[in-house]
Amino acid sequence: MAFINGIGLISPQKTAEIHGFPAEITGCTADYLKCIEPVYRNYIDPIQARRMSRLIKMGITSAKLSLAEAGCTMPDAIITGTGLGSVEDTEKILSEITREEKFLNPTPFIQSTYNTISSQVAIQLKCHNYNSTYVHRTFSFESGLTDALMQFDEGMASNVLVGGIDEMTMNHLHITRRIGQWKMEPVHNLELLKHHTPGALAGEGAAFFLLGKDKTASSYARLLEVKTSFNLNGSFKPESILPCFLGKHDITVHDIDLVLLGVNGDSDNDPYYDRFANHFFPGKPQAWYKHLCGEYHTATGFGLYVASNMLRHQHYPEIFQYNTFNPSRLKNILIYNHFRNVNHSLMLVQGIF
Amino acid sequence: MDQRVFVTGTGIISCLGNNLKENLASLLGSRSGLGRIHHIDTLLKDDLLVGEVPLTLDALFDLAGLDHTEGYSRNALLGIIAAKEAASHARLKENRDLRTGLISATTVGGMDQCELYYQDFLANDTRNAYIDSYDCADSTEKIARELGITDFITTISTACSSAANALMLGARMIRTGKLDRVVAGGCESLTKFHLNGFNALKILDKEPSRPFDQNRAGLNLGEGASYLVLESEESLKKSGNLPLCELVGWGNSCEAFHQTASSPEGTGAYLAMKKALEVSGLKPEDIDYINAHGTGTDNNDLSEGKAIEKLFGNRIPYVSSTKPFTGHTTSAAGSTEAIVSILCIQQQAIWPNLNFKTPIEELHFSPVENLISNHPVNVVMSNSFGFGGNDTSLIFVKV
Repeated sequence: MAFINGIGLISPQKTAEIHGFPAEITGCTADYLKCIEPVYRNYIDPIQARRMSRLIKMGITSAKLSLAEAGCTMPDAIITGTGLGSVEDTEKILSEITREEKFLNPTPFIQSTYNTISSQVAIQLKCHNYNSTYVHRTFSFESGLTDALMQFDEGMASNVLVGGIDEMTMNHLHITRRIGQWKMEPVHNLELLKHHTPGALAGEGAAFFLLGKDKTASSYARLLEVKTSFNLNGSFKPESILPCFLGKHDITVHDIDLVLLGVNGDSDNDPYYDRFANHFFPGKPQAWYKHLCGEYHTATGFGLYVASNMLRHQHYPEIFQYNTFNPSRLKNILIYNHFRNVNHSLMLVQGIF
Repeated sequence: MDQRVFVTGTGIISCLGNNLKENLASLLGSRSGLGRIHHIDTLLKDDLLVGEVPLTLDALFDLAGLDHTEGYSRNALLGIIAAKEAASHARLKENRDLRTGLISATTVGGMDQCELYYQDFLANDTRNAYIDSYDCADSTEKIARELGITDFITTISTACSSAANALMLGARMIRTGKLDRVVAGGCESLTKFHLNGFNALKILDKEPSRPFDQNRAGLNLGEGASYLVLESEESLKKSGNLPLCELVGWGNSCEAFHQTASSPEGTGAYLAMKKALEVSGLKPEDIDYINAHGTGTDNNDLSEGKAIEKLFGNRIPYVSSTKPFTGHTTSAAGSTEAIVSILCIQQQAIWPNLNFKTPIEELHFSPVENLISNHPVNVVMSNSFGFGGNDTSLIFVKV
């Protein structure tokens, strides 16, 4: 268990430089949802920033935003999750070596390693503490959170910085469209559920959270529990896993006030969410968020931001409503995500009041 | 109560051999596995010396006991081969009720096949089966499928310390009672991608690497995979496995200095070793041997050496780098050298630092030059440091 004491989020919505939900929602017809980036010179020395890739700048800035909100300057651990790391730098190298092999510029290679973000954040903060990076598809951010929560269990930390970050490029979109991950045509994100076609709408984002042992004036919520489950030949059985997951905190499905689903508009994968929600939470508020950030390996970072803000502000904006039910109270939120029915994850977030 | 963490199985494939027995024979014979590149079509192949597993993709399928299937990378096959050996050693298939995890480390992931087909990915649909194998999770999930692990799986990438961090996470999950057993380690195959990347950084030696030598000129890349099975005390009672040793200490620190260089005084290395000692409750003088990161680069060996001197003062344990045997297997190095360290405890021997001639002027110690056998080795420290200043140290103790 830990308190969420600061959040920094760069996303396809105007989330970077505000606390809470943005006043207006950004909608567009696009191949993928691209982040709305802040002016980096306010956060990173421009001389340093000139050599940094976009992903690194997004990572450092969102990390700094979360630290600033929590009033923390030196976290006891820095942990990052990224499904794909620096796609842009990797593509630069691939295009340089796969047609004809020539001498490389070392900068893209240095930045292409997945741990660059965690390490660059450490360099910015001069932080010698624990530092790690998880790179497992949609388990990346959840693995980071699992590690962070364990740091508190072990008594090793008072404050842990955890982030989830991924970028998209047109090249990568083009390649992964071939294997059915994305819709074949540009779609409008606010009309995502009207299509009923295979493939999700791609997105990107950088979400950092400062988790603390103690409640502070800036606390949003408690992160109680995180679980990932690898579904091998039907081994993921929510009927047994969910009660056990909630039971660790003496909570049952009846105590869940709202379920936040990873619905992404993919007609092949959304039925798993519907089945899960309708089995455990019929008549309860069911919410979604990926129409605002798109689908990417660490999109649950955006989900955790949404849940944290609903709890802090005791507000359930209409834009997130997946069904018509409204909550009678907002205390316990369950976040459920899956990727191709293989990588399932659960997060339990509780309000503090 | 904190659970103790025991090692009950090991599996390894490297340029020294396809399994633990063959790797041990090479170490006992002081035989390096370094040679020319045979399995990658690169302009660098006549220039560089590497630790390549001398098997084709088809031979790897055979060794893994799998039919040739589209979408399998060399990296995943190396991982499956080593993980299967470790799992069979620790009889993982029995006691299915034990909560079991897989924590694997890799950085280049399935790049070995993706770099061959990248132009096809862009232009046509002929090699789509390999698109999914691009990322780091692919090899981990293929290993999990082979071993039937579902309770917890993840992948770590902290460059050259990745597999040491996988072992550290596994140990912490057992100690805190989150899992009963963990298969942890790493896999990395050689690729044109990182051969060119390291070459661009100008840290590759064209000769066999000379760690801790005044005239060292860089590292040799290697490939391979290695996994350890970690078990809790409770798990041992059920499995009946005999522990090979105990994992008692782990420390992770970040240099926060430079993306690809260590600080001159080795702050990260010092803190990682110091934290590992603190977790273990041991004192510096308890360490019998340090299996150093010792890449053979100018920068690493000096800063690691300085850090060792700072922590151990004038009582420096035996130190050697075994990278001249295996090459630097990057993300697999942490678990490969963990196994090499455990073999020291089992064999009561200390592996030599091959190719050493001249001590580094700024350091007051020299590494072990020749195999030391029949020597008591009870406590071994294994260092793994990576780009980004991600430094991790592990301590294994005889049981």
